[in-house]
Amino acid sequence: MATCIEVTNDYKPGLEERLPIFTTQAKKLIAWGRKNSLWPLPFATACCGIEMMAVFASHYDSARFGAELVRFSPRQSDLIIVAGTIVEKTAPILRHIYNQMMEPKWVISMGVCASSGGFYRAYHTVQGISSIIPVDVYVPGCPPTPEAVLEAIMRIQKLIEKGRPTPK
Amino acid sequence: MTMEARFNLINTLMERFKEGIISTTTFRGDLTVAIKPALLPALLSYLKTEKGFNFLMDICGIHYPERSEPLEVVYHLLAFERRERIRIKVPLQEDQAVPTAASIYKAANWFEREAFDMVGIRFDGHPNLTRILTHHEFVGHPLRKDYPSDKNQILRKPLEFHLSKDADAEIEDPVLHQRRFINIGPSHPATHGAFRLFAELEGEVIKKARAEIGYLHRCFEKMAETHTYHQVIPYTDRLNYCSSPMNNAGYCRAVEKLLGIEIPKRAQYMRVILNELSRIIDHLVCIGAQSVDVGALTNFWYFFQGRELVYELFESYCGARMLVNVTRIGGMVRDFPEDWLDNCLNVVGRIEKTVLEVNRILTNNKIWVHRTKGVGVVSKADAIDYGFTGPCLRACGVAFDLRKTEPYYDYDQFDFDIPISEDGDTYARYLVRMEEMLQSISLVRQVVKAMPKGPYAVDSPDITLPPKQEVYTNIEALMNHFKLVMHGIQPPKGDVYSSTEAANGELGFYIVSDGSKNPYRIKVRPPCFAIYQAVEEVVEGSTISDLVAMLGSLNIIAGELDR
Repeated sequence: MATCIEVTNDYKPGLEERLPIFTTQAKKLIAWGRKNSLWPLPFATACCGIEMMAVFASHYDSARFGAELVRFSPRQSDLIIVAGTIVEKTAPILRHIYNQMMEPKWVISMGVCASSGGFYRAYHTVQGISSIIPVDVYVPGCPPTPEAVLEAIMRIQKLIEKGRPTPK
Repeated sequence: MTMEARFNLINTLMERFKEGIISTTTFRGDLTVAIKPALLPALLSYLKTEKGFNFLMDICGIHYPERSEPLEVVYHLLAFERRERIRIKVPLQEDQAVPTAASIYKAANWFEREAFDMVGIRFDGHPNLTRILTHHEFVGHPLRKDYPSDKNQILRKPLEFHLSKDADAEIEDPVLHQRRFINIGPSHPATHGAFRLFAELEGEVIKKARAEIGYLHRCFEKMAETHTYHQVIPYTDRLNYCSSPMNNAGYCRAVEKLLGIEIPKRAQYMRVILNELSRIIDHLVCIGAQSVDVGALTNFWYFFQGRELVYELFESYCGARMLVNVTRIGGMVRDFPEDWLDNCLNVVGRIEKTVLEVNRILTNNKIWVHRTKGVGVVSKADAIDYGFTGPCLRACGVAFDLRKTEPYYDYDQFDFDIPISEDGDTYARYLVRMEEMLQSISLVRQVVKAMPKGPYAVDSPDITLPPKQEVYTNIEALMNHFKLVMHGIQPPKGDVYSSTEAANGELGFYIVSDGSKNPYRIKVRPPCFAIYQAVEEVVEGSTISDLVAMLGSLNIIAGELDR
């Protein structure tokens, strides 16, 4: 975004007062808007969900990254944060919710349980959500610190800025 | 339970039910009666109506493949007034069914379903004996000893909505009062965790509801069987993850009871401080999240500030913010760092300010009172029958708190009150929790003041690791270290039930030991399980918005609900 700002001074004043204008590429403008207004869907099943609440709460305040407007409707959100263990019973529901989200969409897998099953190598635990939905950023930790989750949000922002994954 | 009371009870039972009783034993003060399956309904009714055993705390199924009667059902009962506990064991053949207790105790319904799901015990006459924790297509019973702990199955379908959608014949005005079906959860803002509720609505009123759980069944009990006693501690952190030190302490206390050891005074007091801090932060997140659901967002921000303070305190003690894993069997992991107790006093002072501030915002707030008063009322009798414990029970007017009724860790030496309320509604639960936080703050202050000096763990090479410095310099310590790490703690054969007052109620651990380094069976008695069971009945006739207000106040934590 920053590379394309160009303020022109030879603008002829109209009826209103003079406004500075800039030129950019449409896709970059859209990406800039997208990355700074992520609407996360917290798919919180377990312990990580409580730590995610800490990320949204006053101390860590994800609003600083434009990602504080939590939406529980998949239709309204573009970032799903899978926080907590996903078990066999929840797996089809996670898949269903992911499918309901509009493109473009991004996925953060928060914590080791979501990423790999963690220390639950057990008969009813999904060994990593990558077998159900595509993941953009993995956050290690059990649970990860809020700083790590904020870092993940920033990485998602970088992905969006670079146009990856390409929106359909 | 005194020796005399136990003796009297055994005598009365032996006189009355002579033929059905196989044996009576006592181990570590726990009275166990083994009976034949046919006697169960008569014995339970007798104990409930005439002996005052009004709480059914837990039902546990166990598989002993090498025995001639390979299945066993274990019931834990509590007589609240007389503070007596009894354990009833029913050994079964593979093809034998046991009569249901669901008609005697309402609590039995889900506990029996769980025993069926996990171990495959059939209960005759049970109203709905279906899988409860595992996926509905799951084949086999995972807690049988022949089921491999890591054997996943391919399960694809989500559970269908299962309230019958029959024709709406009884409705007077089909246009105004259409019958609708709504699915709440498992990803829903009001559930704060993974559990689900099917509801049938008429207009906006819930006519029928069906609760569905198991969306976080991550196999705690099977994992515990495949790990040594020490390795189970981190798993207990993740039961009630809002207040993890309490689960650590509850589990370690159960193992210590099995081993028959007493931990040093300092370790006890350290556990009390951490327990009370966790009780505070658990209530903070409960009330905070509940108030978000009814639209009062401010309190959530205020309360999470308090939680952050305690997190920092935990972090300075052990390095972890939330899942702390601080207790060890026989004591604590390390001593508190310098200045920690002063910081602790500072933190509870700040939390007290926050609590009083929120008290000013909420307690007399017209909207809050209207949204919560008279909503989700649970009667005293129902609460006892369903096996409610903790703040939800105390809000119904029963002063049951293990810290007072069966004091442990010198709780009887401190001055604190058990807040109760008579109303049994959402507002009462809120008031009880608020007052409990203030009581806990005062408790922390007293305990910090009375903190004794001394060791923070027992000095026994079979139970606790020697200090690291010793391990590097002393061959004996090195050998002890090696032996404990490789062979683990090996408690004697036997079984114990030990319970502590966790933030949500009685957190019980029933541990069966076969003398090896791994527990043979660990059954957790989670307070939420009994509470959430009642939701189906309580929400009938209330509106969806009342359900949202009520669910928050029950504080259902999926981690301990599904384990």
